[in-house]
Formats: sequence, C-alpha cells, structure tokens
Amino acid sequence: MTMTLDLHSRTAHELRDALRSGETTAVEIAQSYLDRIADVDSRVMAYLDLWEEYALEEAGALDERLAKGEDPGPLAGIPIALKDNFCTTHGTTGCASRILRNFESPYEGTVVTRLKDAGAVLLGKLNMDEFAMGSSTENSSVQPTHNPWDIDRVPGGSSGGAAASVAADEAAIALGSDTGGSIRQPAAFCGCIGMKPTYGRVSRYGLVAFASSLDQIGPFTKDVEDLALIMNVICGRDPLDATSADLPVPDYSESLGREVSDITIGLPKEFYTDALNDEMRAKVDAAVAVLKEQGARVIEVSLPHTDYGIAVYYIIAPAEASANLARFDGVRYGFRHPDAKTVEDLYKLSKSEGFGREVQRRIMLGTYVLSSGYYDAYYLKAQKVRALIRQDFDRAFEQCDVIITPTTPTAAFKLNEKIDDPLQMYLNDVYTNSANLAGVPGVSIPCGLTDTGLPAGMQIIGKPFDEETIIRVAHAYERNRGFDPGKPPLE
Amino acid sequence: MARITLEDVEYVAGLAQLTLDDQAKQRLLKEMGEILAYVDKLNELDTDGIEPMMHVLDISNVFREDVVTGSLDRDAALRNAPKTDGEYFLVPRILDTE
Amino acid sequence: MEYEPVIGMEVHVEISTKSKVFCGCANEFDAPPNTHVCPICLGMPGVLPMLNRAMVEASIAVGLALDCTISRWSKMDRKNYFYPDQSKNYQISQYDLPLCHDGHLDIEVGGETRRIRIRRAHMEEDTARNVHTLGSGESGVDFNRCGVPLLEIVTEPDLHSAEEAHAYLTALKQILEYLDVSDCNMEEGSLRAEPNISIRPKGSEELGTKSEVKNIASFSGVQKAIEFEIRRHKKILDEGGAVQQETRGWDADKGLTIGQRLKESAHDYRYFPEPDLVPIVVDQAWEDTIRETLPELPLPRRARIREAYALSEFDAGVITATKPMADFYEATLSAGAPPKQAANWLMGDFQALLSDSKTEIQENKISPEQLAEMIALIEDATISGKIAKDLLAEMFDTGKDPKALVEEKGLVQISDAGELEAMIREVMESHPGPVADFRSGKHKAKGFLVGQVMKLTKGKGNPQLVNKILDEELEKT
Ligand SMILES: [Zn+2]
Repeated sequence: MTMTLDLHSRTAHELRDALRSGETTAVEIAQSYLDRIADVDSRVMAYLDLWEEYALEEAGALDERLAKGEDPGPLAGIPIALKDNFCTTHGTTGCASRILRNFESPYEGTVVTRLKDAGAVLLGKLNMDEFAMGSSTENSSVQPTHNPWDIDRVPGGSSGGAAASVAADEAAIALGSDTGGSIRQPAAFCGCIGMKPTYGRVSRYGLVAFASSLDQIGPFTKDVEDLALIMNVICGRDPLDATSADLPVPDYSESLGREVSDITIGLPKEFYTDALNDEMRAKVDAAVAVLKEQGARVIEVSLPHTDYGIAVYYIIAPAEASANLARFDGVRYGFRHPDAKTVEDLYKLSKSEGFGREVQRRIMLGTYVLSSGYYDAYYLKAQKVRALIRQDFDRAFEQCDVIITPTTPTAAFKLNEKIDDPLQMYLNDVYTNSANLAGVPGVSIPCGLTDTGLPAGMQIIGKPFDEETIIRVAHAYERNRGFDPGKPPLE
Repeated sequence: MARITLEDVEYVAGLAQLTLDDQAKQRLLKEMGEILAYVDKLNELDTDGIEPMMHVLDISNVFREDVVTGSLDRDAALRNAPKTDGEYFLVPRILDTE
Repeated sequence: MEYEPVIGMEVHVEISTKSKVFCGCANEFDAPPNTHVCPICLGMPGVLPMLNRAMVEASIAVGLALDCTISRWSKMDRKNYFYPDQSKNYQISQYDLPLCHDGHLDIEVGGETRRIRIRRAHMEEDTARNVHTLGSGESGVDFNRCGVPLLEIVTEPDLHSAEEAHAYLTALKQILEYLDVSDCNMEEGSLRAEPNISIRPKGSEELGTKSEVKNIASFSGVQKAIEFEIRRHKKILDEGGAVQQETRGWDADKGLTIGQRLKESAHDYRYFPEPDLVPIVVDQAWEDTIRETLPELPLPRRARIREAYALSEFDAGVITATKPMADFYEATLSAGAPPKQAANWLMGDFQALLSDSKTEIQENKISPEQLAEMIALIEDATISGKIAKDLLAEMFDTGKDPKALVEEKGLVQISDAGELEAMIREVMESHPGPVADFRSGKHKAKGFLVGQVMKLTKGKGNPQLVNKILDEELEKT
C-alpha cells in the first residue's frame, strides 16, 4: 500500500505495468484516483457525477479476475472518466444541461461498451459546455470548470472537464467529443494530449449529438503511449453507426518509438498570421525545430480557405444542432415545464427554460439558416465552401505527411473574459475547426509553458484515417523535446 | 445578404419552439446579426459549379439487415418520461389543429 | 360554368418488413402501447438510425412495378417539424432526390385506359399514434408505429374524377398486393390516401388552387371526400369567391371536410440532408436483381390468362384481382383442371365459401390439387355437379381429399343403366297420373318424374342417363 499515494500521477501504461507486475491492485489505483479527486476537485470542478462505489466495485471484480489469471483486457484497472454527453447505463447523462438533468440512459454507447470490455474502471461523468456548445466550459448549466494551471482561467471547451481531469490527475484517461476543436483546444489549455480521430474512425453511437457531420469522439491522455493504448480500444467500425468507416484499424502502439526522417511536415502559411500570439508562435516553432532535428523535412503549404472555416462552421454546426436538439421537448425524457397546459406551451416553456443562452442562440441561428428562402444562401453555400476546405487539405497532403499548427492562437483566457461576446468566443476555434470540416484527424500535444506558466499546444493534423503517422510524429516529438512539461501547481 | 429583422427573430423562434421575452429578442437580433454579417464573407468566394459536401466520407449503401433485435421493456422506455400512465407518454390534450 | 376537376394523389404505404426502418423493433400492428420501442425509435439522446435494406429493396420493387426511374444516387433528409407524434421532432424522409421518380400506372375507367403519371415514390418513417380517449383529458403517445417504414407515392395531377381516383387506388393496391410489400389495410392505416383537389374552367390549362384532404379511412371515403371537395370548390367559385390552399380533414360521419387551421410556419420544414445516414447508390446490377424477383403484374397477367385459357375479359379480371387468387387458379390448371370449369368453380361456389367465412384464399383448407381432382370427378361422371357443390363445402370445412369424401359419404353417381331403369320403372308405377299426362301430350309432367327419380337415387343418379332412360321408358306403351 506504500505506493498508493502517487498512483494517480502515473500514466495509464505505467499503471497497466504496475498492475500486471503485481506492484499494485486495481482497487488501489481506483482509490488513489478517488482520493485525488476528493483532494482537488473542489477547486477544479471537473466532475458532474462521480461513481465512487461503482468504480471500487468494478476494480475489485477486476482484481479477482486478475488473481484467477484471467486477462481482463488492455485497459484493465485504468481509471477513465467520460464527458457528460456519453450515454451510460450507470449514473446520469445530462450534457451539463438543465433540460437533461438526471437523465438515466436506457442504453450504453458503443465506445463505453468497448472501454468496459477492455477492463477500464469508469470513474464518472465530466463537465462540459452545455450540449458541447462552447470553448470554455462556462456554458455548463451546473458549474464552471477551472484550469488546473490557473484556477482563475478556463480549461477550454467544450470538453473542459475531461481536459482538466487528466491534467489534474483526476483520471488516467478521459474521453471527450470534438465538433470544432472541443478536444484539442481544452487539451492545449490544460497541458495534456487530446486527439480528434478521423470522422468515421470512432463510433458516435451513444454520443449525444451536437453537429452530426462534425462530431467525433476522442481521448485525453497524459502521454503519447497512452494515446496509442486508448485508440487501439475505441477505433473501428460499429454496425450501429452508418458513418463509421469499415476500414482496418492498425495497432497504434507500433507507431511508437519510430523515426521521422522520412516525414514531411507542412506548415500552412494561413495559420501563421498576426492573429497568432508571438509566444505561442515561438513555442510551436521550437517544437517543429525538434522534429526537424530528428530528420523531418519542413515545408510551407497553403490551405487557402482557412479564413472561411469559422463562417462555414457557424452555419453547418448550428443547422445540424437545431435539428438534433429538437427532440428535447419534455415528452419522453428531460425537463418539462410544470406550467405547460398545451402542447405548444410544453415545447416552448420547457425548451426556453431547459436550454441555456448559448444553446438557444445556436438553435436560433441554425433554424434561421435552414428556414425557407435562406437554405441556398447559407447552408448550401457553406457546404460548397466546406468542399473547398477539404480540397485544400487533399492538395496539401499531396506534398506533406502531417500539417503542424498551433492549437490555439493564445493560451487559456480568464473566466468570464469572453462569455458575453459570442463571436470572439467562436473565433477561438480558428485553428481547430477546419479539421472537423475536412473530417481529418488531429492531435494537440503540449509544447511548453508560456512565461505566465500556462500550457501551449501544438496541433498535428494528419491525412484521413492516418492517425498512425500523427502518433508517430507526436511520439518522436515527446521523446525528443528535451523538457518535462510538468504538472499543474495544484498542491 | 439582407439584414435580419425583429420579425425574422420572432418567426424563427416560432419555428424553433422557443419563447423569448423582448430583451432576449433584442439581444438575439444583435448577436445573430453580427454572426450573420461575419458569415457573409463566404460570398467573397465564387462557388459556382462546386459540388456541396454531403458527407466527408466517401461511403454509400450502409444498411442493416431486416432482423428483429428486440425492444425495450415498457418500464424502461417510460422511465425517464416526465408524465405517463404506465402505458402511454402523456402530453397536454392535443387539439385538432397543429 | 362547367368545371374540370384536377386531382393528384399522395399515398402512404406501410411496408411490411419484419423490423422497423431504422431500428430492430418488430414491425407489427396492434401490440400493447409502447412495447415495440427502443432507444432509436424513441429518439433517445445519442442514438443513430441504420437503414433497413429490405425497405430499400421493397421500395425499388414498387418503383419498378410503377415503371419509375430508380435513382442511381439518392439520400435521406431531415424534415423538421414539432408534433407529439414525432420522437425526434424531425422525420427522416427524402426531399429532393427520391429513390423512385417519373413512373406511371395505367388504370381503366369506363372501358377506357388512362395513364396516370407517378411523380415520385420516396422512403420515410411513420409517426407515433396519439390517443385522446384516456379519460384524464390528456393525450397519450404510443411510439409502436413510430419508425415503421413508409413509402410515399405521389402522382401528377392526372386524375379528373372521384371515379378515376378510386380506380387509381384500386390498381395501386392491387400492384402492392401482387408485390406482397404491404397489408394495404386502410382501416388499420397501412395504406393512407390523401387526395389534393382543384377545379378549373373546362378547357383551361391553368391549375386552380388546391385543397388537400387527410384522415380518410376507406376507398369509398376517398371518393366521397373528392366529390365533396369538387362541390365545395364549385360553390365557392360560382359565388365569386376564391378557394383557400389548405389541408382539410375528412369527417366520415358527417360526410364533409373541415379546414385544419395551420400556421404558415407549419410548412417551413427546413429540410437538409440526414448526416447520420450515407447515400443510397442503386447500380444497374442491383436494380436488375430486384427486377428479376418481381412477380408478373396484374395487367399483363390478366391479358395472358385471358388469352391462354380463352376466358372472358370479365372472368380474367376476377381471377387476377388478387395474386393469391390468380396463383390458385393457375395451380389448379397445372393439376389438370380445364380452364373454364376451374374459373367457374373458383369464381362461383368457392368464392362464396371464402366470402361467407371471411377466409383468404391462401389460408383456406382446399388445395388447388384438390379442386382439380374434384373437377375431374365431375368430368368423368363419378359425381354430379349438384353433388359437387355439397362436396366442395365439405372439403372447405374439413380439407379432406374429394375422392376420400365421395367414398366416405357414398356420393358416387349411379351410372348403371340397369339400376336406374329399375328405379325409373318403380317411379312410373307409383305415379301413373303424371305418366298418363305425359303420354297425352303434357310434356311438363316429365320434370316431376325426373325429380322423383332423383329423390329415389338420393341425388346420385347420373342426370343425363336418368333423362335418357326416362325418355325411352315413356316412349314405350
Ligand atoms: Zn425501435
């Protein structure tokens, strides 16, 4: 029991090894994480629903299986937490929304089942912007989450709880969802790794939809080896998701420890503009230099329609969301306004009180751009420009293997700093949303701390379904960056 | 693009089944106006002849086979409902007009 | 003024797949409320639809039967509107690229063939059922029907009378039944017809303003509703008014339509492509495979049967009215029955037995082979036609073979001349009056004597032989 105290600070693969060697038990690991949560979550506020008893029971059952010599799977005993938009049959699935508070899903999402089948110990549900709409997790109807590196700053969003939980050692791995940057941006703000796989790589069945053509599930991890570990479990075709690709999934752990001398890195000139903060730019330049030193070739590429990404995104995402969120009407589940005397009241009162301001804004915007007379001018136009954005990536990838950009133009901003200016908040996604529009995979990996001690993130974008190369480049950087990004000063 | 009007905001709120007070309408008028003005930049691009993207994936014909795989127990189906009689989901009386 | 009605028809057909269109719930009518529901058809958060292949194939089959072009590339769309019969508050349907389009269906009205153009046939999901009779003053929602596969078939406005509309629906239903893709039961709602009606001055090319009628539960209701609307439109126009474009509900009890006051925004459906489903690509090979499985359709089958078996137009029409009937008929012929006799029995006594007992031909106990065997027993004079009527009823009740029944009940016809002669003499001896009457020229008396003979033979006397011997005996003096 002597090691219990530091188990939570280890990576998932270290925990796996400790468990297999008999150094510790799944219960000890789970307890260490629960202790850590008890210690710091009152400040970080990452968890919405903590499954203390459940986690210990599951861990106990795993220990019994291990004692019998069984192999409970590649994630045996690893404490994992989930964004609150993953449907789970244990606990609640609320999307941090008033309209879905206390919702108990009658079914479990495909990825959740895969985690359980791989032996993961689920710790609970994590805070988020309501229905994943936001970039700061301030749109949670329950609570704001705080950045572990600076309690006065946002963790990013919408998967802010997931990023913060991994950064603060409150989970070994967390899963989130990324529609316009909702994994990569908070990973960058919180100093952990966050990956959005290729659209179609991970089943969306059981992920409460925000924008169906953009949403993708992905992991937050403490290092690249853990990224390979979790990707091996969650990727692959699902017969319940028509948009999940029927392609073979490689063993991502084989991308670890490999050279990058045959890799060409593209730096899109449209990303390195005046909007990029000098300090962030310097961090990414240094990171690229590390890879160059390892033999990678670096060239400039062009993604000419980058500047239109946000505009396309803020037409398509709200349009899809306006339909996806229509089902929350107080009939089959969710909040119903007690004063509703007619069906129309039932809808109007329940929605107006159940949805927060940002969600209503996007429903309005999405409804407007789809409404009679505006479809061609907005939605159809946006889908055409989206095709151009995809084409940009296809062309760039004819010249390079990965594209490297900063993940965000600045480091984490302060709580309440942008909450009253939706357009400024939206512009936060400027470096991340084009990967969603094009459907390509991307990861954010920590590339140092700013002078004020805030993490900076580098984004590595890959070809469709080529997460292997991203992991290979990310791992090469991680091994050779020459510094330890350290832990947030929460103690 | 024509500027969004208060009538548009009210019409769209009706479509979306949201009820807005005057303050919310004015706020949304301003915010939506700003966002729509921003997205107007798409009109800088000539997209004639460009096929709109329907799907980022180039796949088609993904079907399920016609097999009955079962349903939920009624109790499970109704469990999250705000109001039921044990058989039906209940809503305020639906009038003949929509 | 003289007006010409212009009518288009929208028909929603529930396709009888085993499971629903986007989930694995059973597609069954009449289950207890909310027992054929799952997270997907209840529109739970996070679920995704998965299109049922059998629905696509059935829809293509219908499209081919209606001579439609099958889209090489089509997609599903979301149709957005709020109503408590929806589980997602959008319906997955097809908007601008239906699976089938530009077909036609030929109908016959008043001895004339009319070609009705089919504009499109597209796939969608059915909605939940609302009940308003729970006593609590509230409405209940039953999602069993939600997600049942629905094919919407839309005509061009090519119909010009209630009678034509009725003929169109009859022909369409016949095709759907031939394809065995739907129960086509209007009372149960598995076939729903919604006519849209406008009228215009005779000779005018311009279309008038149309009204659409919903909530009709029978073909005759469709006919009556159209007739009502034509009268209503005429009255409005004759009085100098203008017809409102609107949706009206049919009140079968009162025999009239009532306007359903819809908000203008109710029709702003905000269609957009369903991002959760991928495109449907039907190549020539797939289309051909489905075409090969199509049964012979009603019109060509009627023509072939009429010609091949030398039946009247009317008989061929009755025989091919339903596919099971036509199949039964041809199977009876395959078992050796002569075409005319088989048709007569099928359309006459057999049909009466089916109607009286409300039995479907495919569910009845008599097999085509048994019917052919019974007809053979008449042909070889083993039984009389009169006996056969009773025999058929017996077969219908028991399902036993006709030969076995004939033996069991001793129904074999008496064709032994000696035996009959003895019986005829007996009758003549006991009825000297009628015999004398006949011989004095009152030939009507013979009928009485035949009756007496048949009575004595318990109906088993071979009628031709009885007549022949009686004639001979009466000639003798
Ligand atoms: Zn279902």
